Formats: sequence, structure tokens, C-alpha cells
Amino acid sequence: MKKAKRSSIASTEMKIFPYVMIAPNLLIFLIFIAVPAVFGLVYSLTDWGGIGELNFIGFANYAELFTDRRFWISMRQTFLYAIISLPLIMVVSLLLATLLVKSIHGRGFFRAVFYWPSMISYIVVGLLFQFIFGDSTGIINYLLSTMGLPEVTWFTNSITAMAVVVLATVWSRTGFYMVTFISGLQSIDDTYYEAAEVDGASPMRKFFSITLPLLKPTMFLVMILSFIDLFKQYGLVITMTNGGPAGATKFAVQYIYEEAFQKFRLGYASALSMVTMLILAILTLLQFKLNNGGAIDD
Amino acid sequence: MTNAKNTVLRDEKGRAIQGRSGRKENNLSAYLILALFVVIYLCPILWMTLSSFKADSELFRYPPQLLPEQFSLENYLDAWARGDFSLYFRNTAIVAVSATVLTVVINTMAGYAFAKYSFPGGNAIFLFFLSTLMLPLEVLMIPIFQVVKAFGLYNNFLGLIIPSAATPAGVFLVRQYFLTIPNEIMDSARIDGASETKIFLRLMLPLARPIMSVLAIFAFLWRWNDYMWPLVVIRDSDMYTVQLALANFSGQYAVDWGSLLAMSVLTMIPVLILFLVFQKQFMKGMVAGAVKG
Repeated sequence: MKKAKRSSIASTEMKIFPYVMIAPNLLIFLIFIAVPAVFGLVYSLTDWGGIGELNFIGFANYAELFTDRRFWISMRQTFLYAIISLPLIMVVSLLLATLLVKSIHGRGFFRAVFYWPSMISYIVVGLLFQFIFGDSTGIINYLLSTMGLPEVTWFTNSITAMAVVVLATVWSRTGFYMVTFISGLQSIDDTYYEAAEVDGASPMRKFFSITLPLLKPTMFLVMILSFIDLFKQYGLVITMTNGGPAGATKFAVQYIYEEAFQKFRLGYASALSMVTMLILAILTLLQFKLNNGGAIDD
Repeated sequence: MTNAKNTVLRDEKGRAIQGRSGRKENNLSAYLILALFVVIYLCPILWMTLSSFKADSELFRYPPQLLPEQFSLENYLDAWARGDFSLYFRNTAIVAVSATVLTVVINTMAGYAFAKYSFPGGNAIFLFFLSTLMLPLEVLMIPIFQVVKAFGLYNNFLGLIIPSAATPAGVFLVRQYFLTIPNEIMDSARIDGASETKIFLRLMLPLARPIMSVLAIFAFLWRWNDYMWPLVVIRDSDMYTVQLALANFSGQYAVDWGSLLAMSVLTMIPVLILFLVFQKQFMKGMVAGAVKG
């Protein structure tokens, strides 16, 4: 009798308990993330300026957006920035991980040095690179002049400005992905290497025939995560170039922010957000498809 | 050559990685590459730190000098005491610490439930969480701003603390960790008559301490460095966080580089201390978070 009663109490508790446990997280999430996502769609169909009633204008915002040259330029620059930075981040972080997965002296020190920049905020990284590459403030131009090279006004030329933004990005992100790659490398079974050793394979051969193929899931993870991270870049350029020169480093999120909170075209900016999100989703899905979801090839 | 083969090196898990790294000449080139990268990674930070101790007259002197003529704390005192940065740092600390506590509590609860209970809708809700890992919040700035405003959290620290606490990444991290703890422990506690609440609080939470500290470190880091939420939620300058203040002051017409550099250096210190103290947990957390996905 007693036993049966207890188990029925236990099972009721079992049923309710998990919901109680996820409730706070779910509630905050629904209110502040999921609901806004739906709202964004609604706003994008209005000409709302931040106050007053919502005035629905159908797809007019979307029609305008297609001919908004400045938006598409910011989108092109975002894409350019992501597509240049991504391979650099992957190559450098994989190189460092390959060197630091081995037990060499000072491994902890090296890992710490490379990881540190990834803990510094984009705002500070932006300031830092503005400071060292700045026209009048920069140490880099001084170093160039000591080598007999001409000064470069990094932030007034669209190509060099983009180059510095890319460099700052690679500098600040490789440490994070290096650690991801290290754990990926550690999960590769040693027996593969032992077998290759018996066959007398060279280190290069081992890297390209064993490490790279077996590391594919990790590479895929890094690729997806860093592509999304790059695509929504904003903080870094705020303190470095503020989108300049002539919009060369003005990326999509900054353009949306300015339309929304400086020009108070919240309806229109919502439409821009929706399209940006759609483009990012398509590009991410494309990467999934092309890479077979990151599965190791047979 | 046979000599090199006999040198058994061990990686972190203590497994032999014989031959994978045994050759001396390889190590030399490895060190050269690593040294080059150390220079690239450390020099900017070093230069910024040294420059922050230079007086204004010295900061942009040509040709530049590596070391300050005399170490001056002027920039620090200027920004901290005479400027408002002591206030900004206090604001940031309040927000980062409270948000970290809230994040760890609610993410641990949710992650535990997702790992240890199968309940109707559980998987669907978890996948829903997971799918938004890829959702760039930056793109939802406008509606988030509206919702925060509707709840009266605009220009309020609670608007920074509450909405950002429900991080899907944190839930995921905790769930993956609890999956590695066998269910048998829970079953035997149930036979002994322990309630679910008691099992969670007395039995499972102590086991989860490593992952909770990892989550705490990351949550603190996220909030300490965050720019997007303060930008959307905070209006008054006496409510600024450090990142927001740095961003705003760097955009001014006459940039006070001395103060900006000094305060930038100061923002890196808590993060650096956290990292040095918890380096092992950092690396472990990354392993758990990154690869088991």
C-alpha cells in the first residue's frame, strides 16, 4: 500500500519536475528572444518610427530594400570581410593547434598567449588596432619608416582599411578556435598514426591523409561558428573605422543599427534585419549541404 | 633514429604519442613559428599597456620610444577619478556578476532537466533552444529593444541582466556534461526515497561543480565584454558599462587617447585574472562545449 502511494507521488513529481526546472530559462527566452523574432517580422511590414500606432504598408519596405544601394554595398562588404577572414582564421588556428597539441616545452604559456586576445572585447581590440595603425598615432607607420618604406594611411584607403579590420579579426579570434582544434586533434585515435608510422609515412603525408580528413567535423564546426560570428560583426569596426572610409567597412549590422536608431526608421530597419537573417540562414545551410553536415567522408 | 622512436611523449590524456612529435628538427621549426606568433599576439597588448603609462606629451612623440620616460599614472587617475570610469566599472561589475549568477542558476537547472528527464516536448524545446545558437541577436536589436521597453526594463540594469541570461550555449554545455553522469546514481537515490529536488540539490549539483565554474567564467566574460545589449538597453550616461563608454568616447571629436588606453588596459585585467586562475577549466570547458556538439 505504502509503496504504491509513494511511487504515485514520485511519478507525479517526475512529470512536473523537469518543467519546473526549464521554466525560468524558457520563460526569459520566449519573452526576450522568441517574441522579438516574431515582432521583427510584424514591424518589417510597417513604416513605424518608434512611437505611435503601427501603420501597415505591406511589402513596401522590402520593395525599397531591393533598390537600396547602400544596403547592398554593406552586404557585399560583409560578405567580402567574412570570406577573407574565415580561411585565415581557420589556417592560423589549425596551425597553432597542430603545434600545441604535442607535448613541447612551454605549451601552457603558448596556449595562454594565443588564447588571451580572444578574451578581449571587440571594442578594445578595435581601439587597439586604431591606435597602432592610426595615421598620426600609429607605431606601425613608424616601423615602416625605419625600414625605409613609405607611410600608409591605413584607414583612408578602402583596401588597407579592410585589411586592418581582417587582421584585427584574425588576431582576436584564432585563440578561441585554436582550443577547439586542439580538442578535435586530441579526439583522433592514435592507432591511425601508429599504422601510418609502420608504413613509414612522412609528417606531411600523415597530416593530409589522416589528420585533415578525420578533423572534418571540427573544421566544419569552426567554419559555421566563425562564419556567423563574422557576418554579424559590428563592435570591432565601431572603435576602429566606424564603417569608413566611404562605407568600405560598414557591415550589415551597423547599417541596420543606423537606419533604426539614428534615422528612426524602425520599420524599414526591421525589414533589413529579416533579409540579413535570411541571407545568413541560406549561406549557413549552403555550408551544411556542401560539407555533408560535417560528416567524415568514407 | 631508433633513439627518437624510443622517446615516448605523452599528450594531456597521458596517451603515448610516440613518433608524432619526437623529432628534434621538427621542434626547432615549431619553436620558430610559435615565437613569431608570440610576437604578433603579445606586442599589440604590450605596446598599448606601455603607452597607457605615458604622459600626453609623450604619447605621440616622434620617434616613439618603447618605454615611458617616467611611468605616469596620470591617464589612469584622469579617467578613473576625475572622469566617470569608476562609475562605469562599478556598473559593469554589478551587471556582470548578477547576470553570471542568474545565468549559472537557470542554465544549470534547464541543462540538467534536458539531460536527465525524458518528458513530453523536452526534445523539441531543446532543439528550439539549440537552433537559436546560430541566431544573431544583433539582427533582432529593434524588437528586443521594444520588448525590453514594454517590460519597463529600458535604461535599467535589469534589462541587461535578465534577457541575456537564458543563453542557449550555457544550457547546451550543462546538458552535455550531465549526459556523462550515469543515471544509476539517481535511481538508487530514488529507491532510498529521495525526492527529485533533493537528488538535484544534494547529489547532482556537487557533481556539476566543474561545469558550473566553466559556465560562470564564460558568462562573466560575455557580460563583461558585451556591447550590443548595453547599446540597446542603456540611455543615460551614468548607467554606461565600460564597453559602451569606451565606444562612445572613441567616437568623439577630440579623442583622449591616454584615458582610452588606460581604461582598455584596466578592462583586460579581471578577465586575465579569471583566465590565469581557471586556465584548466577553460580548456576543459572548450573541449566539452566544442567537440561533443
